[in-house]
Formats: sequence, C-alpha cells, structure tokens
Amino acid sequence: MTIHDLRTRHGDASDGSADQVGGRLSRVDGPAKITGAAKYAVEQQLEGLAHAVLVESTVPAGKVRAIDTAAAEGAPGVLLVLTPDTIPPLKTASDWFGTPPPDVPYCPLARDIAFSGQHVAAVVAESFEQAVAAAALVKVSYDEAPAVADLSDPKAGDGIAIDMMTKEWGEAEAAFAAAPVRICAAYNTPREYQAPMEPHGLIAAWQGDRLTVWEPSQWLDGMARTYAEWFAIPFENVRLVSPYIGGGFGSKALALSHGAVAASAAKMLGRPVRLVMSRPQTFTGYGGRAATRQTVTLGADRDGKIQSIVHRGVNETSMGGMWVEPLGSVTSVMYATPNFSSKQNVVRVNSVVPGAMRAPGENPSAFGIESAIDELAYEVGIDPLEIRLRNYAEQDPHARKAWSTRQLREAFVAGAEAFGWARRSPAPRSMRDGNQLIGWGVAAGTYPVRRAYGEALVRILADGTVEVESSSIDMGQGTYTILAQTAAETLGVPADNVVVKLGDSRFARAGVTGGSRLAGIMTGAVHKAAGAALDHLVGLAISDPRSPFHALQANTLVVAGGRVSSPRGDGPEVSIAELLASVGADQIEAKGDTMPANSTAEDRYKAYTTIATPLTHTDGDYSRHSWCAHFIEVRVDEDFGTVRVSRVVSALDSGRLYNPKLAESQWKGGIIMGIGQALLEEGIVDRRHGRIVNNNLADYLVPTNADIPDIQTISVGIPDPHSSALGGKGVGELAIVGVAPAIANAVFHATGKRVRDLPITLEKLI
Amino acid sequence: MRDFSYLRATSPAAAREAAALPGAMLLAGGTTLVDLAKCGVAEPATLVDISHLKGLDTIEVGEQGARLGALAKMSQVAGHEGIKSRFPAVSEALWQAASAQIRNMASIGGNLMQRTRCPYFRDPANFPACNKREPGSGCSAIGGVTRGHAVLGTSEACIAMYPGDLAVALVAFDATVHLGERQLSVDDFFLLPGSTPDKEHAIKPGEMITQISIPASAAARRSTYLKVRDRQSYEFAAASAAVGIELEADGRTIRDLRVALGGVATKPWRARAVEEALKGKVLEEDAVRHASLLAVEGAVDHGANHYKIELAPRVVARAILKTGAMA
Repeated sequence: MTIHDLRTRHGDASDGSADQVGGRLSRVDGPAKITGAAKYAVEQQLEGLAHAVLVESTVPAGKVRAIDTAAAEGAPGVLLVLTPDTIPPLKTASDWFGTPPPDVPYCPLARDIAFSGQHVAAVVAESFEQAVAAAALVKVSYDEAPAVADLSDPKAGDGIAIDMMTKEWGEAEAAFAAAPVRICAAYNTPREYQAPMEPHGLIAAWQGDRLTVWEPSQWLDGMARTYAEWFAIPFENVRLVSPYIGGGFGSKALALSHGAVAASAAKMLGRPVRLVMSRPQTFTGYGGRAATRQTVTLGADRDGKIQSIVHRGVNETSMGGMWVEPLGSVTSVMYATPNFSSKQNVVRVNSVVPGAMRAPGENPSAFGIESAIDELAYEVGIDPLEIRLRNYAEQDPHARKAWSTRQLREAFVAGAEAFGWARRSPAPRSMRDGNQLIGWGVAAGTYPVRRAYGEALVRILADGTVEVESSSIDMGQGTYTILAQTAAETLGVPADNVVVKLGDSRFARAGVTGGSRLAGIMTGAVHKAAGAALDHLVGLAISDPRSPFHALQANTLVVAGGRVSSPRGDGPEVSIAELLASVGADQIEAKGDTMPANSTAEDRYKAYTTIATPLTHTDGDYSRHSWCAHFIEVRVDEDFGTVRVSRVVSALDSGRLYNPKLAESQWKGGIIMGIGQALLEEGIVDRRHGRIVNNNLADYLVPTNADIPDIQTISVGIPDPHSSALGGKGVGELAIVGVAPAIANAVFHATGKRVRDLPITLEKLI
Repeated sequence: MRDFSYLRATSPAAAREAAALPGAMLLAGGTTLVDLAKCGVAEPATLVDISHLKGLDTIEVGEQGARLGALAKMSQVAGHEGIKSRFPAVSEALWQAASAQIRNMASIGGNLMQRTRCPYFRDPANFPACNKREPGSGCSAIGGVTRGHAVLGTSEACIAMYPGDLAVALVAFDATVHLGERQLSVDDFFLLPGSTPDKEHAIKPGEMITQISIPASAAARRSTYLKVRDRQSYEFAAASAAVGIELEADGRTIRDLRVALGGVATKPWRARAVEEALKGKVLEEDAVRHASLLAVEGAVDHGANHYKIELAPRVVARAILKTGAMA
C-alpha cells in the first residue's frame, strides 16, 4: 500500500473528486496570489491617501515627560502629529469575551510606558517617506522607572497564581514520592514571533460616521466590534475588508492600538490614512508567544507506567495585560495517570502583552511532557515509542469522558512503519555518518476541537453559477477552496462554477478564525445554506407551473454537474440556468448558520463578535481532539553542534479531511514552524533596555528551504461526527504541536545531551 | 524627507572626484547602503551612482591570478569557471553569503564595504551609544546581547563582528584591493577598531575600489570555505574558515598553508600562527586539531559569544582536513 492509498483510505472519505468535499482541489485563490492580482489590505489605491508612521518608546518603563513635535510638524509634507495630548480620546472597548468595558477613555498612544516599543506618537504625512523622516524628528523624553526585563529577571518573582488553570486528581505529590522511578526537569521556551510575511497595517477611511477599514484580519466581526466601540458608532457602521491575508498565525485576530491611531488620524484629517508597521515594530507592536517555563515531574513504575504527573508552569505577561498560555493543556490529556497535578502562574514583565501564536498552550505544553516522557523512557530502558503506548490514555483522563475519536495509536503505528522506527539503535550516540551523529526522536501532539458558530449565504445566479459569501477569512489555509468544494458537492455543480467571497464584514457573519475551528464551522454553515438553496431550487422546479418538471409530479429532483433531472431519469434534463430562466427567477439565495434554532439577534452578535462560546471540546459525552505523532531524524555535527533535520514522518488524525492536499500543506507548514521553534527562533532581550534586539528577519531566524527536508505526512483520521458537521477536526495548529520535543528527543538520541531550553542552538551542544 | 543629492558619475575619475565631497557615498548594488539608510545609520548627503560605469565589472582569471572588477556581481564571481577552478574558496565564500537576490545585486567592491551586523550599531533610535557611529558615545554592545559579537581583534571601544565571507577568503590568499593609484593588501584594507572603530577601511575620501586582484597559488587552487551557522542558508557565520593547502610531492607534507577566519573577529582574520605551526608538518588529524587551537590565540569573549572560541578552532581543523583530503 502506498502512502497515497493510506491518505485516501483514511481522512479522505470521498472519492477524491475535486468537486467534492475530500477532493484534492488546488487552491482557487492561488493564481491571483502568484500573479499579483490579489490585492492585500494596504494595497488599496485611494484618493487622498495619507501615510501614518508610529513613534515608539525607547525605554521599557516610566512616564513620558515631554514630546517635542515642533521639528516634525515643520517637516515637509507633514499633515498631523499625534501625541497622547492631541489624539482625541476614544471609548474603551470590550475584551474578546465581550466583558462590558469600564467607562473610561481609551488613548492608543501611551503616557505611561510599560514596554520598549510602545506607541507614544504618530506622524501623518503626504507620503510614506515624509512620515518616516518626520517621525524620526519627534523628540520624546522620559522619566524612566525600573523595569522587569523578562521571565528570568531576578526582579520577576513567582508571579500570580491562575487558579482556573489548576487541574488535579488523585494524590499527585504523594504518589510521586512513592514512585520507584522519578523524573524531574525544567523546560523553557523563549519569546517567539509569528513573523507573518505581510506586516500588520491598515487603511482607514471615514464617510460621515461610517468607517471602512482595509486590514488583514482573522476576525472581521470581532475587530469591527472593537472599532465601533472605540469610536462609539453602531457596529453596522464599520466595514472591515480583508479578502487576502499574508499570514496571521494568531496575530491578526484583534484590533490593536495602531489601528485606533490610523482610524483616529483618518477621522481628524477627513482623508483615508494608511499605517503599516515596520518589520522591527512587528516585534513590539503586538505580542508573540509568551516565554514559558515548566517543571515536569513524573513518577513511574519500573516498567514505565506513569503513576503521577506533577506539573508547574509559568508564562510571562505584560504589566497591564493578562495573557495565560495554558501550559497544562497537553500534560493533562496525553497519558493515563491515576494521580495528577498541574498549576500555573503568570509573571508580569515590561513587554507588550503576549498573544496567540499557532497552538498557544498546547505547543509549549507538549515540549514539556513529550520531553519528560522521553527522559523517562531512557531512565527505565524502554523504547520511547513503546512507553507512549504503555501509557496510552483510553479516555480523557481529565474530563473522564470517551474520546470522540482518537487515532493516536494508529498514528504511532503508521508513522513508525513509514519511518522505519524498528531499525532504531536504542543507545544515544550509537548512530553516525562520519562527523554527523544521527538521532531519531518521536513525540506526540494534540489540539482540542474548538467549536463555535458561523453563517453563510449561498446564491445561485441566473447563469447557474454559485456565489458563497461569508465574513470568515482565508489566510492561506484554503477556506476559499474547501467552501467552493462544499457548495459544489451540496448543490451538484462543478467547483469551477462556485465563486467564494470572503473577508468582508458586510457578508454573512463568522466568529474568530483561530483555534483551528473555521473549516469545521464554515463547511457546516455552507453545507446548510447550500442545502437550503438546493431545496428552494428543487421546490421551484417541482411546483412552478412554468417549470419543465412541473408535469412530472416528482417529490424531488437530482442536480449533478450543474444539470437538473428526475431521479428516475424520465423527463427533461436542463441546466440550472435553463431552469431558472423557465421559472423567471433571476437568482436563488439562502442563508444557513450553525446556531441553535431559537437564537436571538443578541445571541448571534455575541457568537460572532466574542469568544464567549458555550461549546467546549468536552461538552456532552465526548472529549474531542486532533492527534499526531512525529518521527524525526536529526544530524548533529559532533564538532560544531549544528543540528539539521534530515527526515520527518508525521502521522496525523484531523478526522475527515475536507481537502487532503490543503490539509497536508497546513500540516507541513506547522511542522516547518516547529522546526524553526526547535532550532532557531528566539526573541533575545537586552536586559538593560528591556528590549528585543533581534527584531528583524535577518536576526530572528525562521527556517529557509535549505533547513527543511522532505516531509512525509500520513492521514490516519476517520470522520468524527461529534466534532463537526462534516466530520473534520482541527488541522492548522495540530502539526506544530510535538515537533520541538521530537527534535529535542532526537538530539538526545544523537548526542546524549538533553536540551531543555529552546531553541537548540549550536552552543548548547558543543 | 531627508534630502540628498544624486549624482550619476560619468567616469571612474568623475566618480572619485564626486566621492571626495563631504558626505558623499558611492552607490553600486545598494544592498548595504540602502539597508543602512533605512536603519537611520547611513545619511549620505550625496549619492554617487557608479553602478552603470563601463569596464568595472570584468572578471579575468589567468596564470598570474584573478582580477575582479569592483562592479562584478557576487553571483557572477561565484559562478565564474576560472574562479571555481583556481580559487574554489572564493567561489564557495560567495555562494554561502547572503541570499540569491542579494548576490545578484551586490557588487564585489561594495561587498568589501559591508558593515557590521551589530544590532546596537543598526538601531540609533534605541541605542544612541555606539562608538562606530558616534565616536566617543560609548559601546552599547558591551554588557548587552553579544552572541554574535567578535572574540578576536576587539577593543574597549568596539566588539562588533565583521560579518562578510568573501574578504575572509581574499585575506587568506593575499589579495590586493585597487583604489585607483593606490593599492593595499585586503588584510591592510580592513582596520582594527582600536580607539577609532568608526574607521573600518583604509580608504580615503576621493578613493574608489576599482578592482580586486588575487595572485595565483597552489594553495588557492586547493582551497575551501567552510561556514558554520545555526541556519543552513542566509545567515552570518557563527564561525567560518577559508583554507588553502599546497602539499609536497609526497602528498602528505604541508608546503604552504593559508588559514583565515570569519564570524569571530572584528575584521577578516588571517590565522598565521596556525599556518606556521603546520608548515612542513605531515597533515594528520591530531596535529591539525592541536595547531588549530592557535587560531583563537588572544581571544576575549563577552559572555554569550564564548562558544566562538570553542567553535572556531574546530572549524579551522575541519576545513584543513577537508582541504587536505581533496584530490
């Protein structure tokens, strides 16, 4: 059996036709992107466009004493210099849970400095270059205060206990003390950055009290709500437009202060204003992944059976904001253990508030537990794959519910087979090729199935083509494509005849594109809307006296390949266009959503503009997660300590795949990002200045093509009816989870050195 | 806008004349200059564009050696058959530098003028203290993030690393830089920071690099450039070595040896002590590893860059052994 057969046998439940869900249709937005026809947010050409550039704090803590704007205001082309004193106050917006905000003014430019790189002023000019030059003339003086530079700053302290993160069962401490084998180690991950190719930025334009914002967005309705609340205008008065997004990775879900600055400037000037962050500003203008620390202690029998897990986690947050990176999320579900304790603190440091970055929580969590179990495997002398099977969790050990589906055992088996794991020589430093020490490592990953709501509009036009509209988005993951496939399959038309329109808040609404939830939600919504449109079409065809099918007296009709016929094959066969013409309909339109039937308008607004969703992954009878197993080979130069990943085989359970080609591509993207995390990525803080010094893509290293070997992915998922309408589970975040520990485990196998601090750079191995 | 004037030079002589104007800078490929201007480090009053000048981009390789026109592109030199066969270390240094896009734009002369990647040097807004930018203002790097800083050739005023690759190979093979009337060895062209880290090159106002010449040698013909870094591509060296070897007729005794280091020093760093220790010796691993330790004689670390002192001799040793094993 080939790998291709495996793929189609598992997650791909259809026959693989591109016009159906499960087919390998290429990205429908691909040609527009590679030819440059796709217009990104800040590429809009607008009459009278002015350009804003931010001025940032150069100290990490203190107060702005004075801002001297005279030179900037006198500079050529300058239209406006904004400071905390001159920017009109806004209203404080609610948070993403929809918590009503305090009735205090919001100023997007700071007087009180909580981190280096905070926006303190902005210059708006006729040209971008003029704005850049004038921004450099703004002189800001500060009364500096002592700062806490980062998590390991001696002043940082133990932080604040986050009680809601505590998970405990059994007697973890006592069981650990009594266990014959004990492992205890600390694992650290540094600040990491989403580093999207397209930097954050926007164009804001006002028409009266209506605001249009062209801005890359993972959540149009949520961001529109924030803009509306800031400027105290109705939600409907804000239009967010984001048809294409050059990478988000979690960083483009919220309206941020730079957006408030641009929109304020546009309002003051009565002109559209463009503001784009410089690459260095993308390291301080919003948060990357928080630096984390975990201590994992495992108590086990001599045969490797875990008796106790005691886990303590810490992540950094900002002085004023709160970010909790849930570090016990994988720890508490991956392995069966009778005794468990996980607790978490957050520590305030002088940094921008950290944010979501591909699998927040699960990613660092897996680095801890999946490294620790590898350490246990060597301690008890059991193969790292075997020890994982020995501790396999047959149900969710925390929620104590059955898994909806958990093809993790199948992933271990399929991955090990394809990788050739059985040929592994167990001892560290026992495999080599000249100067290269070779290591094989394994680690598992998981991501919960997050569920929420979405709606879609499906419109059958007079010419028989179909339009799908949704305010959800495509940031490269393939939404355009899979929604075209869903509509095509449901309606019985070729996918080529379906035009999907996304990224406009005037369209049918959708919640946040985050937590790998969008595909499951939106295929469900489009399936429902398209089904309603089809019912409408067939209903017309049967009941309208002008229809060629009227005389048939059929209960239903068949639509396939864009043509309508009777199920028995008697009677006429006409195209959809001919049918619509015959009954005099110029279009058929239907909306579908995944909300409960009796939802109110307020319920819907809340569902789409907040993340206060009532659906958790353990609601009802099941615990729902995606699963994966990574098998990775590294080559470590024994003199230089350089690590190169030479082979990756990953077997993944994302349930049913709506489009295997695109799912594989997302998995590979996650794996590549995981390789970067394991070996390269680290925001390096100058403690004296509380500032990231490698704030550019020459010094903050992400992998190049030369760093990435061939990656083999194997789908082992089966349709999961408890996770989504069409049986899929999450794809986008899953595959990064577990890559870093698999590499660290492979490095240990190669070298005998256990690296517990990411990234695994060469000085840690020489 | 920060205004500057732009002059399109009509001849090398006119370019040199214009380059003597206060605040004038020569513009060739622009890959360093435009970058530094964006950082707020380079603030030229006049840009003298020489990119179109004829006759400065030729590459000649013969029995005597190679002559590289200052306007030849990095990628052209890297891919030149004569360079590849007679000076493989030069070609390899270029291929492993920067990215394909930059190599296609950047000129050979401009490559020698490449400035340090010290993050403190490159961020005037946040780090006003930099002796290289503002003599006497102090050094922000000392006591800061130093993972990429030099361990050799540093001073109390500056520890910024020289980031290039090509010049490391040029120094190893005694190349000469031609500045119109004057010629200097590439080794002398690069200055140690000392108390004047703002002066990086021994080029005077009104001078312009026109050519680089590399004398032919058996060691250059049997040479390699080994670059070690965390990322496989598009990263500056953690440590690198240009090595050339000439063996005696016995095929194992070292007659001539050239060793230069990159990624560890404030300028391209010729390791003559390693050369002298091994000349006349039989090429074998223990002796090579032992002698390679001399490459970092006098090295001083600043904490996070300590690994370079461990790494550099290993890179030198591997490069010598690899070159020695070449057919």
